[in-house]
Amino acid sequence: MWTASNIVAVAAAYGGKYAQSFPAFGPERSGAPVLSFTRISDEPIEAHSMIYEPDILVILDYTLLSPKIIEGLKPGGVIVTNYPGDVNFVFESLGIKRGDYRVLLVPASKLALEILKIKATNTAMIGGLLRLGYVVKFEDVKKAVMERFSGQVAERNIILIERAMNETIEV
Amino acid sequence: MGLRSSREIPLGGVGFKLSTEVKTGDWRAMRPVIDQNKCTKCLLCWLYCPEPAIIWDGVKVEVDYNYCKGCGICAHECPVKAISMIPEVGGE
Amino acid sequence: MSIAEVVPRYPKEKQKMMMLNGDEAVAYAVKQSYVDVVAAYPITPQTIIVEKFSEFVANGEVHTEFIHVESEHSAMSACIGAAAAGARAFTSTCSQGLALMAEMLYIASGLRLPVVMAVTNRALSAPINIHSDHSDAYLMRDSGWIMLFVENVQEAYDTTIQAFKIAEHSEVQLPVSVHLDGFFLSHTMENLYILPDEAVYEFLGGPRKLVKVKVEYFDEELDYALNPARPLSMGMLAFYDYYFEIKIQQVEAMKRAEKVIREVNEEWYKLTGRKYGDGLVDAYAISDAEIAIVVMGSSAGTVRSVAKKLREKGVKVGVLRIRSIRPFPHKTVAELLKDVKLVAVLDRAASPGSFGALYLDIISSLYNQKERPIVVDYIYGLGGRDLSPQLVYKLVEDLEEGLKRGFAPEEEVVRYLGVRE
Repeated sequence: MWTASNIVAVAAAYGGKYAQSFPAFGPERSGAPVLSFTRISDEPIEAHSMIYEPDILVILDYTLLSPKIIEGLKPGGVIVTNYPGDVNFVFESLGIKRGDYRVLLVPASKLALEILKIKATNTAMIGGLLRLGYVVKFEDVKKAVMERFSGQVAERNIILIERAMNETIEV
Repeated sequence: MGLRSSREIPLGGVGFKLSTEVKTGDWRAMRPVIDQNKCTKCLLCWLYCPEPAIIWDGVKVEVDYNYCKGCGICAHECPVKAISMIPEVGGE
Repeated sequence: MSIAEVVPRYPKEKQKMMMLNGDEAVAYAVKQSYVDVVAAYPITPQTIIVEKFSEFVANGEVHTEFIHVESEHSAMSACIGAAAAGARAFTSTCSQGLALMAEMLYIASGLRLPVVMAVTNRALSAPINIHSDHSDAYLMRDSGWIMLFVENVQEAYDTTIQAFKIAEHSEVQLPVSVHLDGFFLSHTMENLYILPDEAVYEFLGGPRKLVKVKVEYFDEELDYALNPARPLSMGMLAFYDYYFEIKIQQVEAMKRAEKVIREVNEEWYKLTGRKYGDGLVDAYAISDAEIAIVVMGSSAGTVRSVAKKLREKGVKVGVLRIRSIRPFPHKTVAELLKDVKLVAVLDRAASPGSFGALYLDIISSLYNQKERPIVVDYIYGLGGRDLSPQLVYKLVEDLEEGLKRGFAPEEEVVRYLGVRE
């Protein structure tokens, strides 16, 4: 998911912004919860600390949904999360009501399995972010993905991102 | 000549004199003497000398007493015992 | 970083904007710096530098001889050997690796070899920790290396190139280490501008040029490099009759390095439009500050962004980022801080039994001033503990409160920031 954070940062740079992306590693094994931070700004970015009060929270793994995970999210902030298809599951797990925050739901696992044949949800989540509209532009994301991946993998990821963008719902 | 000051020493304390200016032969307590009659010109002493202080001029081996420190390895290695270590005369 | 007031030779339009992390930026800088030998051993979080650079080697993009060594001690030894033979050499390490090559660090500077090293600051074990703090950098303070701390990815790129120029300057001839915080800079992707290859080549004057030495057994001056045709003895035994004088040469060279770092900073500004304070310190809002925070590395950015917000609220806080801890700019620091009321020095490493290293250098700068501030030491960020904006706000609050009630002499002057006591 550090990759997704990086792609968003690169896309933002293509959009003429200053961007910063870095991971906070937990124990080094795949499947362990990992945090990644992205800052996007019109001004040069000076802060190098981790992010404690995000404007947007992107969650790739819906088994992580809990009230604790949204601590620090600014009031009226945005949650972009992968979900198993059940909208209520999301609100219950997070312990929030509709209207507390903007909530965007991305069928990332479903689409990733369908298009990539693996449950790699990171690029699909970028589709969810794109739905917001103001973070990065699709053309810039496409450019960043083509740089990062090549051939079929790049193409499939772009299809995945576009579908995820279109199939993300806001609730 | 007096010891050089910090500014007079070349960069990094590189050796500004040749090491050959120090006559390490002065350090000797025992000196090797080669019996040329016994010597078979095998050159083992020349090979093993750590200094090196044994000269082979194509005809015979000779000890360079300017630099020989008297370690005795040549005498030890000589297969025909042509080298004897005798106490250095004079000095400390 | 200042906005260009002169038109630089290579303004932004002539540079290439890339998104790289700190390690990759260093690798690009090494690629462009016409380095002859790279010998390195992997250690998190420096691994990306060497991985990226070996891609360049594999693709034939550089002429560099890449030596796979079996330990960091060998890495520095190989660089010393290469530099002694006249090559431009580079290595990279941190933490335990830096500790392992400790004896060779003193040798590199004692032999006056301009080796450049990137250190992705990481905590020293025990306990084992792979994250950022300055304990590894602090262990090499006395080794005779020039040590420059960078704040962001752009500076990591810029400073690595500058390092070669500073090291190889005829008045200096000392190795230089470029310090970037592990993970917070090494693995952080940011925007940066890369110069075209020929700009860097020209800035460095091409390949390494050797200085000359005069010895008694040869009439002409010799290149300071090992060459069988013109033999030199480097690293000889020096007893109590010569060791001191040779060491003082090093000390004097380090003094001259201060001026050279400033000059290179100015030259870089004329080339790219970027400069880092005066090269040794970068001051923000110090001139009328009542409270000043002294800090090194990536956290300086976080502290400054909070200071800017506090200034808007009328709090008279300033930030002094130390870029060069060796040579330490005592005079400049004294000038800048003497009229401040209270200085908090942030040390990202502990020195159990005494104060932090940066604190000691700061107070020694101020000791002889007639008017001088109260200076307190804060140990923060050990083992990669994040310095969050909230902690900085709290720090300033504590300092303001301390200033109001006055500090008592018995009060503990080594404090901790962000630890659960």
